[in-house]
Amino acid sequence: MTDTPIHELADAYLRGETTPTAVTEAYLARIARLDDRLGAYLTVTREQALRAAAASDARYRAGTPLGPLDGAPLAYKDVLCTRGVRTTCGSRILEGFVPPYDATAIERLGAAGAVMLGKGNMDEFAMGSSTEYSAFKPTRNPWDLARVPGGSSGGPAAAVAAGLAAGGLGTDTGGSIRQPAAFCGIVGLKPTYGRVSRYGLVAFGSSLDHIGPFARDVTDAALLLAAMAGADPRDATCVEAPVPDYAAALARGVRGLRLGVPDEYFIDGMDPEVERAVRDAVDVLRGLGATVERVSLPTTRHALATYYVIAPAEASSNLARYDGVKYGLRVAGAKDLIEMSSRTRAAGFGAEVKRRIMLGTYVLSAGYYEAYYGRAQKVRTLVRRDFEAAFGRVDLIVAPMTPNVAFKHGEKEDPLSMYLNDVFAVPADMTGLPAISVPCGFSAEGLPIGLQFIGKALDEPTLLRAAHAYEQATPWRTRRPSVPS
Amino acid sequence: MDVVIGLEVHAQLLTRSKMFCGCATTFGAAPNSQTCPVCQGMPGSLPVVNRRAVEFGIRTALAFNCRVNEACRFARKHYYYPDMPKNFQISQYEEPLAEDGALEIDVDGASRTIGIQRLHLEEDVGKLVHEGTLETAQASLVDFNRSGVPLMETVSRPDLRSPEEAAAYLRAFRAVLVYLGVCDGNMEEGSLRCDANVSLRPRGSSELGTKVEIKNMNSFKNVQRALEFEVRRQAEALEAGLRLVQETRLWDAERGYTRSMRSKEFAHDYRYFPEPDLVPLRIDRAWVDAIRAGLPELPRQRRQRFLRQYGLPAYDAELLTHSQALADYFEAATGELPQAKLVSNWIMSELLRVLPADDEAAIRAAKITPRHLAGLLKLIEDGTISGKIAKDVFQKMVVSGEEARAIVAREGLTQLADEPALAAVIDQVIARNPKAIEDFRKGKTAAAKALVGQIMKATQGKANPAIVNRLLEEKLSKI
Repeated sequence: MTDTPIHELADAYLRGETTPTAVTEAYLARIARLDDRLGAYLTVTREQALRAAAASDARYRAGTPLGPLDGAPLAYKDVLCTRGVRTTCGSRILEGFVPPYDATAIERLGAAGAVMLGKGNMDEFAMGSSTEYSAFKPTRNPWDLARVPGGSSGGPAAAVAAGLAAGGLGTDTGGSIRQPAAFCGIVGLKPTYGRVSRYGLVAFGSSLDHIGPFARDVTDAALLLAAMAGADPRDATCVEAPVPDYAAALARGVRGLRLGVPDEYFIDGMDPEVERAVRDAVDVLRGLGATVERVSLPTTRHALATYYVIAPAEASSNLARYDGVKYGLRVAGAKDLIEMSSRTRAAGFGAEVKRRIMLGTYVLSAGYYEAYYGRAQKVRTLVRRDFEAAFGRVDLIVAPMTPNVAFKHGEKEDPLSMYLNDVFAVPADMTGLPAISVPCGFSAEGLPIGLQFIGKALDEPTLLRAAHAYEQATPWRTRRPSVPS
Repeated sequence: MDVVIGLEVHAQLLTRSKMFCGCATTFGAAPNSQTCPVCQGMPGSLPVVNRRAVEFGIRTALAFNCRVNEACRFARKHYYYPDMPKNFQISQYEEPLAEDGALEIDVDGASRTIGIQRLHLEEDVGKLVHEGTLETAQASLVDFNRSGVPLMETVSRPDLRSPEEAAAYLRAFRAVLVYLGVCDGNMEEGSLRCDANVSLRPRGSSELGTKVEIKNMNSFKNVQRALEFEVRRQAEALEAGLRLVQETRLWDAERGYTRSMRSKEFAHDYRYFPEPDLVPLRIDRAWVDAIRAGLPELPRQRRQRFLRQYGLPAYDAELLTHSQALADYFEAATGELPQAKLVSNWIMSELLRVLPADDEAAIRAAKITPRHLAGLLKLIEDGTISGKIAKDVFQKMVVSGEEARAIVAREGLTQLADEPALAAVIDQVIARNPKAIEDFRKGKTAAAKALVGQIMKATQGKANPAIVNRLLEEKLSKI
């Protein structure tokens, strides 16, 4: 039951084969049994989940379910605000913070009948690629507990992969949905910037932050996106465009689609097993009737460097509010205000967060702004143009998600080597283009490999359609990790 | 030395809701009762621009003949202070709402054009409340009711050449805002705040001297006093051969001086960058045109109309039109009684004795309404009461809100115009004052005045002075 995708669960509920409460209890039991080893959850909202499931039961009994997500047990990354449930962002500085409001995405999933199982672990303030930078505990990869699940949304990704949630929500600022999806062997979707409201997403890099689903399969990802997408009067950066029927787009296949494989996404030092799996996947797509051609995205290697100017700049600003005055941690005993804030921030933020605050403060400083932030914005425009040029010729980009499979805990001590892990992920964040990671095989050691599709702005239907066609033609989604209890 | 002054004026806009959220902006509500996650800067909250605030900004920009930019952008301005919940303020920096306008001011009868460099929108901060005094407080409390209230900042060019001009600019500026209905103009409550940049330079030089920013001037009077002090301070320092430092100084109204707050080395690096949570604001030309078409008559236009239409002296027209409420009051009263100069005199000498000229709300709420004032003046005009009695009646009307006629009737103040009765009183007074009559005969005309005084006294001031004068003259001529 805890292996079943959401769309199949909904069918089972409708047929009366099981109930949301039974499924929720099964997930809660699994969490109780396995999460000590996995560390996927920071908070388990047991009572709330059972109440929501009971309400869902009643709707199915009355023949009035809210739709395919009614009774779907989900894990939400702890960067998303949940009314009445502590929201930590994986940081000490938000200790005790209980938001009086739900993020719009969560509110909409709730309105669709989804059941929140709990809040997923993450790298502190979503800064990291391994979930090792959570202030509370690391999350382990269900395929190999010695390895990281990726990050920063490692908690919900691991939960979905390990059968501790039927689906989940992550956030993607520089790959934080898609990279853990690839490492954990599940589907991770980052929609177009502005497609899903950011209201209630605790900001890291506001111009780069995206909310998106983790799912067992592409169909579930489409259902979750459909429930969240659409304009929100509380987020001025949301796009007004109508939300297409994503589920209806899935079955159209890839025949006639033009796929571009970018040269720059196959780099020296990348894991040959990953390259092989991705090239094989491209062959599968060709076999399904897509046309494939090489494209060039020459600014790819500059995107990552530029990202590490823009994201920290925005972070230094967004994280200025954590000063011990209003909510979260306050270190006691300071003799004045400045000391109170300095000591609170010194104690409340971890090393990676401090590193990025310092980087960001520096690049925005008088005299350096143009050389760093100003120039980074120009490069960002160039990255965007690269994709525009490519999309003049192809409908979708197909590429590896990561240069390697999941690495071991403690393996990447040098921040730069950690950053390099996101080299293929960052361009879609910099451009706001929709992108998805789907499983495309396993390494000899049995670790999942992710295939990335990047689409045109707001063209999630084509993105999902190609991902779905590939998924249906391959066996990868049927393989599940077995987590030792 | 030439004095060079530029003013930065912050005006709280009279929108019902805040700049970036839906919270109310009512002044004086219970602490933190008008707040939400957005104006408390809670994690995950996002700003949304208040369209009405933008409209007010455009309206003001058009009144100052500024160029309204086709696109403008918000930016984050960073500094740490506990009254600012995000530790950055959403403001505008490189791409303001409007630029390059002007305001005409009049000083000593001469007109001058003061350039307006830019006009932009931003959010206000909250307020700190200290338990006890600032020095002894063990705790400080923050009230975020004001946090996020829309502010419009307007920066003048350094075109002002004296503290008087600065004060005149501020008064004219305030009048425009009040006429536009975008700000209540109340400096004491902080709806209008003014900072000044002051420098001196050798007469005729075009280079700017070392500039000092003056803050904390919370009334028109204080702006002028602070600038007068600062100009004197700088002049004395320069005469003594000292170098001025670029700094920010605070005006201390009680002690009457400015003191250094921070020097240039400690100036904030605000690390401005474009606000990523808001998209650039495209200003639709049709919207601007519609706002332009709806602009009301502005103070200067109204003043010129008052000169033309009512034949008022320049001084009266200027004073009356500085306040929209006062000008409205005048026009309403004149509508009832078309003696414009009489109405103007009474407004300037009597009404403004009891009401502050810059308190629009108080003038609009005055118990003595324009119709009441006209009613009172009509009683003078038709001889029912004397001007002197009218002033007493006016005082009573201010307090009670009654009509003049009712007070005059109740208190029996109607002027005595009955000639036989007055003649009898005059005869009695003449009979009782043989000495005055003797003096009059000897040519002391002042003695007649004393007699008039006696007559008025005998009638409790109600005698019609014109009739008294005529009858007395007749009687004296016969003696």
